[in-house]
Amino acid sequence: MRPDDRQYLSSHEWVKIEDDTATIGITDFAVDELCSGNEGDLVYCDLPELGRQVEAGETFGEIESVKAVSDLNSPVAGEIVEVNPDIEDHLEILSDDPWDRGWLIRVKVGKGDGASLLDATAYEELIAEKA
Amino acid sequence: MKQTTLHDTHAALGARLVEFGGWHMPVQYGPILEEVKCVRERAGIFDLGHMGRVRVFGPDRVSFLDSITSNFVARIPDGAIRYSLFCGRDGYPIDDLLVYVDPEYVRLVINAANTEADLAFLHEHAEGFNVTIEDRTDRTTMIAVQGPEALEILQSACDSDLSKIGYYRFGRSTVCSIPNTLLSRTGYTGEDGFEIYLREEDGVDVWNALLEIGRPRGLQPIGLGARDTLRLEAGMALYGHELSPAHHALEAGLDFAVSFAEEKGDWVGRDALKALGESSTRTLVGVTAEGKRPPRMGYPVLADGVQVGEIRSGSISPTLGTNIGTAYVEQEFSAPGTELAMDLRGKAAPILVHPLPFYSRTRKPKKS
Repeated sequence: MRPDDRQYLSSHEWVKIEDDTATIGITDFAVDELCSGNEGDLVYCDLPELGRQVEAGETFGEIESVKAVSDLNSPVAGEIVEVNPDIEDHLEILSDDPWDRGWLIRVKVGKGDGASLLDATAYEELIAEKA
Repeated sequence: MKQTTLHDTHAALGARLVEFGGWHMPVQYGPILEEVKCVRERAGIFDLGHMGRVRVFGPDRVSFLDSITSNFVARIPDGAIRYSLFCGRDGYPIDDLLVYVDPEYVRLVINAANTEADLAFLHEHAEGFNVTIEDRTDRTTMIAVQGPEALEILQSACDSDLSKIGYYRFGRSTVCSIPNTLLSRTGYTGEDGFEIYLREEDGVDVWNALLEIGRPRGLQPIGLGARDTLRLEAGMALYGHELSPAHHALEAGLDFAVSFAEEKGDWVGRDALKALGESSTRTLVGVTAEGKRPPRMGYPVLADGVQVGEIRSGSISPTLGTNIGTAYVEQEFSAPGTELAMDLRGKAAPILVHPLPFYSRTRKPKKS
């Protein structure tokens, strides 16, 4: 079971909201889809500048593996206030710990419609359909 | 999704399977770049069961094929193989293929994703010719062994001298105790090696036997991910990338597969392709990218901030130790060494035009 203290996008990002700050990352399923269990297959992660405004569902970055490039989508609207400085040079963090140390960005949640979010149970069901 | 006879074998080997051309195929068994190195340094075995396999029989088979494919089929000797294209009336390719001329029939090996369209094209133009078209894809299978150790590995499983089969030729041998098995000295990797044609029911036994025989020499199963990098390093076109309904054979540099000889007669798309070749202002080039990010299909190519082309393929190249790709660019930007950029969503990353192929096992790599 994936952590139930957060919500999920069907494009495999997670968001954990504490007060008005949303911490955003990607799920273990997303990492495995990208690199098939071979962490060396991740090659690049493009994260945004601080201060940028994102809409819910908007692409804020890209992650690239040997095979393909995937968009990173924001589950919430707001201002990007923090970017994980360790990710760019240590993509293996995403394989080791996608739920905690592998967070990508923090967003100060602003006004605007939220994206359609799934709870952990609904996300599990989505993954089960793909497996 | 269709499955090759080796589908469950791949799953048991731990492969990651994905949809490819309507088939559920192994994209990798382990890290893709390690698989590329394995084929360049030792040998790899590939399941190519998804490729379309068609036989054309009948007294008119050669003239029929000369009327619908770009290469000059009547000039292919018995036992030889040529690369060719099917073109639409507009001159743009429907598919690329290999043509095997057997004394009894002509064998065509076509792309999985295009098999249905190719069969429709063959039947559409067969009227008036005394030919029979037989789709053998589901009754047969195909395995490739590629790499510097491929010949030695296969030789130990065969009862005739494989070194007598020349490049782009085919012959027959007992392979892993299956008599009269067709082997061609072809591949899509830039390495020496063979493609083996089998009855579907023999596929698993031969695959397992070859893996066992080849293991001491480092033979490993290789997925379609590494195969794409291998073919790109070797400068070989892939339909949907370097060739497409909007990218024709002449701008892709495939003149060697296109015959405008009068003796060949007219063929579907001939005059249209000739006109396209005369009016085309762009050409296919190789590019290298020193940054972290490899080129990817669809990235705009820029010169001084202005778009002058488009990336069509890209990969990390373990063999060259850099990122590589192909691009169509306007001809004035096609000289090796030309400094261009690719547009990564508004960020320009430098790329350098590089001669194709990037890798040749027989030629020393050219420096750009």
